[in-house]
Amino acid sequence: MCLAVPSKIIEINNNRAKADFGGVHRTISVQLLPGVKVGDYVLVHTGFAIGKVDPEEARLTLKLVSKMGDLSPSRLLRSEQRSKE
Amino acid sequence: MRFVDEFQNPILARKLLDEIAEMATVPMSFMEFCGGHTHAIMQFGIRQLLPSQVKLLSGPGCPVCVSSQADIDQAIALSNIPNVILTSFGDMIRVPGTTYTLQEASASGSDVRVVYSPLDAVQLAVENPGKEVIFLGVGFETTAPGVAASILEAARLGLNNYSVFSMHKYTPPAMKGILNGGEVRLSGVIGPGHVATIIGSDAWRFLPERHGMPVVVSGFESVDILLTVHELVHQVANGIATVENAYTRSVLPEGNLAALKIMNEVFEVSDADWRGFGVLPLSGMAIRAKYAHYDAKVRFSMPQVPSREPPGCRCGEVLRGIVEPPECPLFAKACTPDHPKGPCMVSDEGACSAYYLYGQSN
Ligand code: SF4
Repeated sequence: MCLAVPSKIIEINNNRAKADFGGVHRTISVQLLPGVKVGDYVLVHTGFAIGKVDPEEARLTLKLVSKMGDLSPSRLLRSEQRSKE
Repeated sequence: MRFVDEFQNPILARKLLDEIAEMATVPMSFMEFCGGHTHAIMQFGIRQLLPSQVKLLSGPGCPVCVSSQADIDQAIALSNIPNVILTSFGDMIRVPGTTYTLQEASASGSDVRVVYSPLDAVQLAVENPGKEVIFLGVGFETTAPGVAASILEAARLGLNNYSVFSMHKYTPPAMKGILNGGEVRLSGVIGPGHVATIIGSDAWRFLPERHGMPVVVSGFESVDILLTVHELVHQVANGIATVENAYTRSVLPEGNLAALKIMNEVFEVSDADWRGFGVLPLSGMAIRAKYAHYDAKVRFSMPQVPSREPPGCRCGEVLRGIVEPPECPLFAKACTPDHPKGPCMVSDEGACSAYYLYGQSN
């Protein structure tokens, strides 16, 4: 029930938006995510966008994993540390 | 970027597994709170890939599974009220009540409809002004804001025929229930990523602060989960216990404040009855008096039916992490996804269904 799927916002009309789920379009509510814009990636759960998906953070996580063994024991997982990267 | 393939990269997964094996020199066990994680872990075969020192235990993070038998029976009884359209997410209608399921109620004449979103239930209320539309509100903090939004929408439209039967629950009390129960020894917790999208990673601070236990909020792909386990093993091996966020692409420390605001506008904290745990104080979401008009528990005199959990079903112990599904004598014999005896075999997030679908060994 906590399943949420990433999709891309392609159109917004007040609280309603059209979202692209890998080629399938669906109307969702963006009421829980004010300030969302066309082109944003969001997580959709039971017809509501519940959070943004940040491509830059995704890239940083992948980068962190790919060079993990080269790091000192401090993880760089925490956002305050990551933002200094 | 679709945030799926990149996070299932086998080279990255292998790298993480190698480093986990190197760091895990003592036995440790971690609980994945969320049933979505249980399914992903079983699907990717992560339990088998991890070194024998690292054990993963399933937790209570399956809203359908933790619904009490009394709540399930009441939901089924609601469907028998004349003139009612009972709407629900799909999982719920196959959960065995004491005598039958919602699906069986529907076959014998009740109007039960599966909806994708609570807003679809509001739409049904608009289209059927002569009927009472009840939505079964099942879910944790991930789901509750949307259900709250449906009540606000019904109020905005001035509907008189929409109500919610709230079985919504907060997740931290269940985690506290497990730790206070002392039945399992845990070294750390895999934090639920989509719950944390709403409540924030900071909501799990009580784990390191009060229980000295690390918690890492995780995404749902193989690399996400292995990164999480990697961080947990690292913390245990180095005697650290903090909240970490391995799902930074979607989770903020403070969560989704707009969603929390809508959730708190409609729901207030109450006690709630959990399968496997009994009544946990301050763990449930009741509809505030201000919205009593949309509260099925106020609108209808709730039928009190004698409830009994399915005989032999060990779902309650599965939810507390003390029994693995194959230890249940009914598992894969009398109880299968086609003929489930208990909710842990029904739900897409239930541990029994995950073990059945993706293999039973750990
Ligand atoms: S296998 Fe079926 S009967 Fe056994 S605990 Fe799981 S749901 Fe209950």
